[in-house]
Amino acid sequence: MMTTQVPRRPWLQRWHVKPIGWTLVILILLVASSRMTGVDVGMFFNNLGQFTDLLVRMSQPAWDYLPVILHPLYETIQMAILGTTIGATFAVPFAVLAASNLVHNRWLRGIIRLMLDLVRTLPDLLLAAIFVAIFGIGSTAGVVTLAIFSFGMVSKLFYEVIETIDMGPLEALESVGANKLTIIWYAVLPQIMNQFVSYFLYTLEFNVRASTVLGYLGAGGIGVFLQRSLNEFNYSQTAVIILATLVVVMAIDGISNHLRRVLL
Amino acid sequence: MQTTISKKPATLTLWRRWNWLLWIAIVAVIYTWAITGLHFTGLQESAASVSRSIVHGLVQPDWPYVYNGSGEDLVSLILQTLAIAFLGTIISSLISVPFAFWAARGGKEWLHVRSGSGKVVLTLIRTFPEIVLAIMFIKAVGPGSYAGVLAVSIHSIGMLGKLFSEAIENMDRGADEAITSAGGNSAQIFMLATLPTIMPEFISYTLYRFEIAVRSASILGMVGAGGIGTPMIFAIQTRNWPRVGIILLGIVLMVLLIDTLSEQLRKRLI
Repeated sequence: MMTTQVPRRPWLQRWHVKPIGWTLVILILLVASSRMTGVDVGMFFNNLGQFTDLLVRMSQPAWDYLPVILHPLYETIQMAILGTTIGATFAVPFAVLAASNLVHNRWLRGIIRLMLDLVRTLPDLLLAAIFVAIFGIGSTAGVVTLAIFSFGMVSKLFYEVIETIDMGPLEALESVGANKLTIIWYAVLPQIMNQFVSYFLYTLEFNVRASTVLGYLGAGGIGVFLQRSLNEFNYSQTAVIILATLVVVMAIDGISNHLRRVLL
Repeated sequence: MQTTISKKPATLTLWRRWNWLLWIAIVAVIYTWAITGLHFTGLQESAASVSRSIVHGLVQPDWPYVYNGSGEDLVSLILQTLAIAFLGTIISSLISVPFAFWAARGGKEWLHVRSGSGKVVLTLIRTFPEIVLAIMFIKAVGPGSYAGVLAVSIHSIGMLGKLFSEAIENMDRGADEAITSAGGNSAQIFMLATLPTIMPEFISYTLYRFEIAVRSASILGMVGAGGIGTPMIFAIQTRNWPRVGIILLGIVLMVLLIDTLSEQLRKRLI
């Protein structure tokens, strides 16, 4: 016999306490944060004229500016390549030390991971501002910024890859008495090489995007010219810079995506 | 038939045996280009002393700046940064939904005009530098955190729209079909099947994007769009390293806290 009685729902579910609670929390946060940031929808639409004027000026790119920015564009890519390479090289030993299947010392691993977490919290432009103060205006500051930024990003991606490897070959080498370095060289590296290269390319894509604005604070590359054109209110030049950056970023993304698909 | 089969592997092995040389050559050319192209102006003579004073400032931060009740102290500005990130992410997550449905691919055909055009638009938004957006909005609404909110909300559409559209492409269509077969119209399908199915993923991606927005909100102030970035860039320019130290500490703690919270919430969602 089938009962037609509907199962009784607990009080919490019947009155939708959880969803209503979350909605309330979000609404309160929304109101509080719009108060704090002084959001004024009316003001945006009142000044929309200025914004559209800016867009109109940007929609007429000054193409004769293109030859001027070609060299800084190259410099941007060069900065990204060097920065990513330096960062990734330093990331490898740290990734090995942070991987739970290779390093069994919990304290060492914890300290290394905490250090990597701390490095990852710093936004790229903030690093650039500090390194410009140290190294002076120029691409050196940009390369160092990108190196540190990619170090944080790559080391995490790398140790997550290392943790997924098949332990069989490692145990085989260990059982015949190989030392740690031999094990890493013959059992770990062949398993992770392709993914390492793939993540390296992914970080490179990311860094090309990032390096286009680093120059805004004086860290070399196309960003220097971006800042100059914006300061001079020369928006038709800004438009050329943004469009050229877009082409470069899309080209690098395309190449890197293709290579990564071949690798994996 | 026999000949074609035996012919192909032979050429392949020749290519396979030697293509690493080509790759090494390409990589070598790229690196030579990258290294010779950059002018390393060399270290400034002051680099060592500046680094020393930075370390000194980091070790002895400007503690009184943490809270002094003026509204221009570290705690207030960190809260303002979080407010920028929060509002921007919420606004952006709402605008991203239609973009996601625009860019999501329905069928399996190679070229899809609607989805393709949506994807291009999302890529354009994603590549447009956030600080340029911030500067443009400063022209419209004046310097301050409102411009930051607008910049974060528009820039985040690029990434959220992409993640959302991928979630839609990969979603389980069982619930949709069930409602279709019961005679539901498309509004009912959307409200009762599509939305509940993808909601957890949407919320999880929004939280993830919030983590990124917190980082960008903390640097947008460097161009005048509110938050902690403004006092940071002032402190760096005036070489006030104890102040830089305390702000850095504040940003690191804020980002760590938000990342941990958001990670816990996301783990519970999926």
